[in-house]
Amino acid sequence: MSEELLNIKNLKTYFHTENGIVPSVDDVSITINKGETLAIVGESGSGKSVTSLSIMRLIDSPGKIEEGEILFNGKDIVPVPMKEMRALRGNDIAMIFQEPLTSLNPVFTIGNQMSESIKLHQKKNKKEAKKLSIEMLQKVGIPRADKVFDSFPHSLSGGMRQRVMIAMALSCNPQLLIADEPTTALDVTIQAQILKLMKNLVTELNTSILLITHDLGVVAEMADRVVVMYAGQVVEETDVFTLFQDPKHPYTKGLMDSTPKIHELKDELSSIPGAVPSPLDYPKGCRFIDRCPFAMKKCAEEHPNLEEILPKHSVRCWLHEEKVVDLHDTKSFA
Amino acid sequence: MNNYFVRRILQIIPVLLIISFIVFSLVFVAGDPVALMLPDDASQEDVELLRESLGLNEPFLVQYGTYVANFVQGDFGESYRYGQDAMSVVLERLPATLELAIAALLIALVISIPLGIWSATKQNSGIDLIATGAAVLGKAMPNFWLGIMLILLFSVSLSMFPVSGRGTLAHLVLPSITLGTGIAAEMTRLIRSSMIETLNQDYVRTAKSKGLKNRIVVYKHAFRNSLIPVITITALQTSTLVGGTLITETVFSWPGMGQLLIQAVNTRDMAIVQASVFVIALLVILMNLIADLLYRLLDPRIKYN
Repeated sequence: MSEELLNIKNLKTYFHTENGIVPSVDDVSITINKGETLAIVGESGSGKSVTSLSIMRLIDSPGKIEEGEILFNGKDIVPVPMKEMRALRGNDIAMIFQEPLTSLNPVFTIGNQMSESIKLHQKKNKKEAKKLSIEMLQKVGIPRADKVFDSFPHSLSGGMRQRVMIAMALSCNPQLLIADEPTTALDVTIQAQILKLMKNLVTELNTSILLITHDLGVVAEMADRVVVMYAGQVVEETDVFTLFQDPKHPYTKGLMDSTPKIHELKDELSSIPGAVPSPLDYPKGCRFIDRCPFAMKKCAEEHPNLEEILPKHSVRCWLHEEKVVDLHDTKSFA
Repeated sequence: MNNYFVRRILQIIPVLLIISFIVFSLVFVAGDPVALMLPDDASQEDVELLRESLGLNEPFLVQYGTYVANFVQGDFGESYRYGQDAMSVVLERLPATLELAIAALLIALVISIPLGIWSATKQNSGIDLIATGAAVLGKAMPNFWLGIMLILLFSVSLSMFPVSGRGTLAHLVLPSITLGTGIAAEMTRLIRSSMIETLNQDYVRTAKSKGLKNRIVVYKHAFRNSLIPVITITALQTSTLVGGTLITETVFSWPGMGQLLIQAVNTRDMAIVQASVFVIALLVILMNLIADLLYRLLDPRIKYN
């Protein structure tokens, strides 16, 4: 279980825009073990998608990985030449995206797009690639897979398209699957099916998952461990049970509080006031300070570090500097 | 889909009727051809006689009616100048014009596709800047001026190509460059912007994430999708192309339809004007039909019902 597959060390991905430097990913360190599902949670603009694209080295200009290492099976893939990187992409590290309609090329058949990577990475001929593609389509529960093989993306439903994306991503048996909001664009009923499918398949194939989401329901369903990101940084990291039971960062607590719970009667949904600060102008101290009900003098002056305050539970917050504080029954977000 | 094309072909008929009416009206308004047909010392009686025999004394609508009745039977009248059936005079000149137009279009495609893709993939680089600058220049240069400059440089100074006329491949070089430059410029800019848009699409990111080579990502996944607006403009460009041939053919004395049409307008040779405009209109309509067919081939989402 504890064998390390991916180890991101102090990753910094910055975008050099006309208005200044945007530190989308700012000193992020994450590890994923073999067979494990790690979820990255955060609002839009927290840097979770940029982190995943950095792993694939798919950051386009004006973005750039400035610093840090991305160790995949112990080897740093940041400096490797593109040719070597392409051999990893789609083969050892595969990715599925949020919007299955726009993520599939509208002018090529499903079969064409699926066979492409199989032929490339597994050195199979056209016929073998077709056979494997159809097998994969059947595996993800697509009826009449041989027919779907010859159809175009627009003739499939959203759920079907995402199944195709999953089949495509898993066709070369990757060690790591990066799923960037895989169910966000789908109906709730289809979401559950897709999550279940992903879970079954990765267990079967022993694939690790990096799950990018803002949906805590999906996290609870899928993840072993959770990383909470805010304003380009990791603010809390722990296992999924601890995170839900005992969140230690005020931001995580805010996220939990703003998720409606079925057994609670509430007149109003709570939310975290304010918005993520502009990345061009992060506060000197804690980046969450403007929205935090626990903000202290120190928070404005010094930037907190990510500290392991309890075994396997790290938090970036001054609140726990001297002693670990229980956030339950404390001030909540009105 | 067959129904669609039958319908599209049937739609050509009213379009041609409208065009014929406009052309007929314009020629009618332009004045009396008789004065140009007869020698200066012709008597008023001769003029009247000729007008009578050509049916030019009839009211406008009657003249138009006669014209349409003949036109439906494939009779475009007789050229005053050539003393022959107007349509056969025009059709005789058609191959020369098609040759020039196709050569120009080929030149435009060969230049604009690689240049457009190149500057899109290397957006805001030096190459992109030069390509964009060249495209603006190419678009800004008028055909007749470019033609004259090319003649001055390559025919007069360097004696590399013939000054004018048609015959060998060498004769085709300068006129087709003259005609192709403006189209190449327009298409380069179009392909560039269309490619920039498709290169930012999610499916291009998916293609990259599969580990495909850059060449395949650009030429297979992005280019095919960026072709649809390009085809629309190429089809629309055919009308520019025809307009361009009028000027280019005149500059290079290229014996095509354009030159014939200009001469016919100058001599008020109504039958030739009408027959040429008819053929040009038909060519433009056909090109648009071909463009529609190509859309269907390129994009499976487009269905014709």
